[in-house]
Amino acid sequence: MRDRLGRPPALLVVPAALATLLLLVPLVAMVAATDWQALPDHLTSPAALDALRLSLVTSTVAIAFCLLLGLPLAWLLARVDFRGRGAVRALVTVPLVLPPVVAGIALRSAFGRTGVIGEPLLELTGFAFPYTTYGVVLAHVFVSMPFVVIAIEGALRSADPRYDEAAATLGATRWTTFRRVTVPLALPGVVAGTVLGWARSFGEFGATITFNGNYPGTTQTMPTLIYVTRQADQDAALSLSLVMLLVSVGILVALRDHWLGTP
Amino acid sequence: MRRLAALALLLPLAACGGGTSDESGSDELTVLAAASLTDAFEELAPPFEEEHGVDVTFSLGSSTDLAASVADGAPGDVLATADEASMALAEEAGVASDVETFATNVLTIVVPTGNPAGIESLDDLAGATWVRCADEVPCGKVAAAVLDANGVTAEPVSLEEDVRATLDKVVSGEADAGLVYATDAVSAAGDVEAVAIPGAEDEPTSYLVATLEQSEDPDLAADWVAWVTSQEGRAVLADAGFGVP
Repeated sequence: MRDRLGRPPALLVVPAALATLLLLVPLVAMVAATDWQALPDHLTSPAALDALRLSLVTSTVAIAFCLLLGLPLAWLLARVDFRGRGAVRALVTVPLVLPPVVAGIALRSAFGRTGVIGEPLLELTGFAFPYTTYGVVLAHVFVSMPFVVIAIEGALRSADPRYDEAAATLGATRWTTFRRVTVPLALPGVVAGTVLGWARSFGEFGATITFNGNYPGTTQTMPTLIYVTRQADQDAALSLSLVMLLVSVGILVALRDHWLGTP
Repeated sequence: MRRLAALALLLPLAACGGGTSDESGSDELTVLAAASLTDAFEELAPPFEEEHGVDVTFSLGSSTDLAASVADGAPGDVLATADEASMALAEEAGVASDVETFATNVLTIVVPTGNPAGIESLDDLAGATWVRCADEVPCGKVAAAVLDANGVTAEPVSLEEDVRATLDKVVSGEADAGLVYATDAVSAAGDVEAVAIPGAEDEPTSYLVATLEQSEDPDLAADWVAWVTSQEGRAVLADAGFGVP
């Protein structure tokens, strides 16, 4: 390649190197600023362990809901021609570009204690989403759903629909085809969407704190704990940030076949 | 808009050879102030701008953040914090001088207009959906002290990241009650009602102001401090709900 096209021009290489540095330097600086001696104490404090446990549980439950609801939606968008399909596809991307705090305000307007759905729900059942772990999961599902739907829809679209047709010709119902042919073929996309959605959920902060507030054990996830801790103890906040960084890198390693593996 | 209008009025004066009282210094004053001072300081700015022929710019935020940034060398002329610890941080870094206490604030209960949960005192918080600041921020420290002094053991549903977030939960109706400063209750008077806490004045929070080492015009910075602590300044602060020493 290089021989036939010549050396990469500096005009492209220099900005590319700058872009890499811009992404790398802050992360390295954060690791360098970490107080390693106090790290074990910071990470094993009851608040940190509670927040980590809550983050892991809520992200995992949220991604299960995202798959349960998002996989059918992705299939519908990729395989079924219906009126308003473009509008639904656009709607799915909205939470991706929405500032998380706006997502929190929107959720509050719908499911808050005085919300359109939240108020009648509270009157009928005495249950309200805000300030509960259920509310955290709800916020996570809202912000993570686009990642799941978009990744899976992309995979479904690139899978050859003729396999579906062949299955139908052989007598499979559409449900059987979906279960036995469509999903297995799109499995790499399903996995990528799940991992990305889970990571987005694990890092979710803005919508959660706006909609649910912050209480240890019920609504205080890792990002919220970091935000509050930062006000009083920078070193502890750095240690907790390191955990988030490690998880993010872990996600990247898990997805290496998708990104790092491309030639 | 008002600031622009004031500037437009002053421009011809400057063009005529500069009749303003501050000829040597810069034409801008940057005040870093705790978010709870927003309303009071914005009311104090226009007369000051007019008198000195300068533009006053505010950088508003959490006292801890502001103090940390000026200690780090952030540009600014005046620092006003909502607690002593933040100011101490700036003093230790050697950037704040002539520190002065200029106002106090006390904790109060706020409830949504109409008081749907019927909160009349701290004791009524038990069983209600209520919020307060997290222990890490100044308003949370005060809240913890007041609750402790009154023997209240009721737990809030949320520990908010700052006092404005706490107020927001009550204004939006997502909480039956919240513990905020008296000034926050005044600023949201249309949406909330205040329920005074007997004895809250025993745990006052102090507001401190200082001129900054990095100021390009220390005299102008000192003038702002003098203006805030003047008779008129104290009247504006009192109207906003502050206690003035």
